[in-house]
Amino acid sequence: MIHVENLTKYYRDFCAVDNFNLDVHKGEILGMLGPNGAGKTTFLRMLTGFLKPTEGTIQVKDLSVASDALGVKKLMGYLPESAPLYKDMLAYDYLKYVAGIRGISEDKIPSRIRYLSDLCGLNNMMHKPIGELSKGYKQRVGLAHAMMDDPEILVLDEPTSGLDPNQIVEIRDIIRQIGKEKTVILSTHILSEAEATCDRVVIIHKGKIAADDRTENLKVAGGQENHLRLSILNADPEAVRKLLGSVEGVKQVDRVDDAENVLSIKLSYESGADVRGSVYLAIKNTDWILTELSMEKQTLESIFRQITLES
Amino acid sequence: MKQVLHIFKKEFYAYFLSPIAYIVISIFLVVTGWFFFSTFFIYDLASMRNFFAMMPIIFSFVAPAVTMRLFSEEFNVGSYELLLTMPVTIRQVVLGKFLAGTFFMAMMLLPTLSYPLTISLLGELDWGPVVGGYIGAFLLAGSYCAVGLFASSLTRNQIIAFIIGMAICFGLTMLNKMLFFMPETLLGLFSYLGADTHFANISKGIIDTRDLLYFVSVIFVGLYATHLAVKERC
Repeated sequence: MIHVENLTKYYRDFCAVDNFNLDVHKGEILGMLGPNGAGKTTFLRMLTGFLKPTEGTIQVKDLSVASDALGVKKLMGYLPESAPLYKDMLAYDYLKYVAGIRGISEDKIPSRIRYLSDLCGLNNMMHKPIGELSKGYKQRVGLAHAMMDDPEILVLDEPTSGLDPNQIVEIRDIIRQIGKEKTVILSTHILSEAEATCDRVVIIHKGKIAADDRTENLKVAGGQENHLRLSILNADPEAVRKLLGSVEGVKQVDRVDDAENVLSIKLSYESGADVRGSVYLAIKNTDWILTELSMEKQTLESIFRQITLES
Repeated sequence: MKQVLHIFKKEFYAYFLSPIAYIVISIFLVVTGWFFFSTFFIYDLASMRNFFAMMPIIFSFVAPAVTMRLFSEEFNVGSYELLLTMPVTIRQVVLGKFLAGTFFMAMMLLPTLSYPLTISLLGELDWGPVVGGYIGAFLLAGSYCAVGLFASSLTRNQIIAFIIGMAICFGLTMLNKMLFFMPETLLGLFSYLGADTHFANISKGIIDTRDLLYFVSVIFVGLYATHLAVKERC
């Protein structure tokens, strides 16, 4: 669907995007993840044809962004960071204007706008000037703008920034819904968001692609060690350490905190081995009361920190 | 072409969403009306000549005021990112905005049509120069709008855009009046470059292709420079 080759962008002598190679397939939700200033926005701007790359090519379907910008723009809906919209216009007038430019036929415009305003929860805001809307609603108008003519590719630059938790969940649902049929590329620096919405994550650091894999693969690859959390009532710390330390596969037993009566334990074990069963059986034979046993999953957060702090 | 029309419509309506339109129109009408009619009865002539004679000076202030926000505001708010990622070319955007500015100025001239109507009741008005005057004023508005649009595409600050636009328009207006400072060899060139004489010819009712060509070239150069300036930003 999208093929990016050797893409590089310099601002004077600052290299914002350094030699990107990337393929995005149809129906994928791709998350661009990176700290501030990593080059996410620059990359998205080049993808949408807004900025010209210093070097390299972007191919969308069989169109090149450099030579057939208009055709590519027709395939894409784009929501820039913080949705810069005309403040004086009413939300409805703005969407009507966008629909006109996007070439939606005059008689279909009202129903299309109605559909989008339902989808984005804008029904009560349509008659207000955009400048008077709160940030969250502005973002929704921007989202409606991006989805106006049902584009095949949706490019969203930090789509949930500035929204309240309920709105974030709503917008994520919308994105996931769209992502079933369309290709979605979104950037974010919120890791849980990428984890929750994206099929595939590209981590960008200092203008370079530092990692590029499916979300679940990335999580597996990032964890060399797995952890198990236990809470045990009515037990002697030394005895626990001795017993659990002897279970096969367990590398380390750490006591996490000292609540009264409750013993919290963190078990480290080799990845690949699943020690939950044997740990349970070991405890079953004692008179301790097991109140919690949970596997600690390696989050994207720790992988992200590893990658972006290392280099 | 359809895209140009959509952008034109949006920009044209935008004038009336903010108070700028009403302020500019009222100031224009008050100033021109007062300057024209304060001496009208002293001359005791049924002619619009004095009215049209002040158009170049007035337009060199009004046109940049009308066009200053067209690009500057987009750059300032960042909305040109949305605009340019929609399926439009820079050329269509420039053309749509230019037409919106020019037609807004035409709207501004519309109420002044009541002057020739009332004058024709007072005495025998020669309609030739009046028609020529309005054609000339329209072309002049177009040329100065193109210049103003270029100034607007240079900066994100509307005030700077206004001052740059005004300086260029004022220069074009005054060039003919400064000719006695010029070396003799350059006289021909500078007298052609000034907007004033070309406008004066048309407003006398003489429609000469040289004058038309002058206005069309100013418009073309202004719009092309705007196109380059906007392209440079991406």
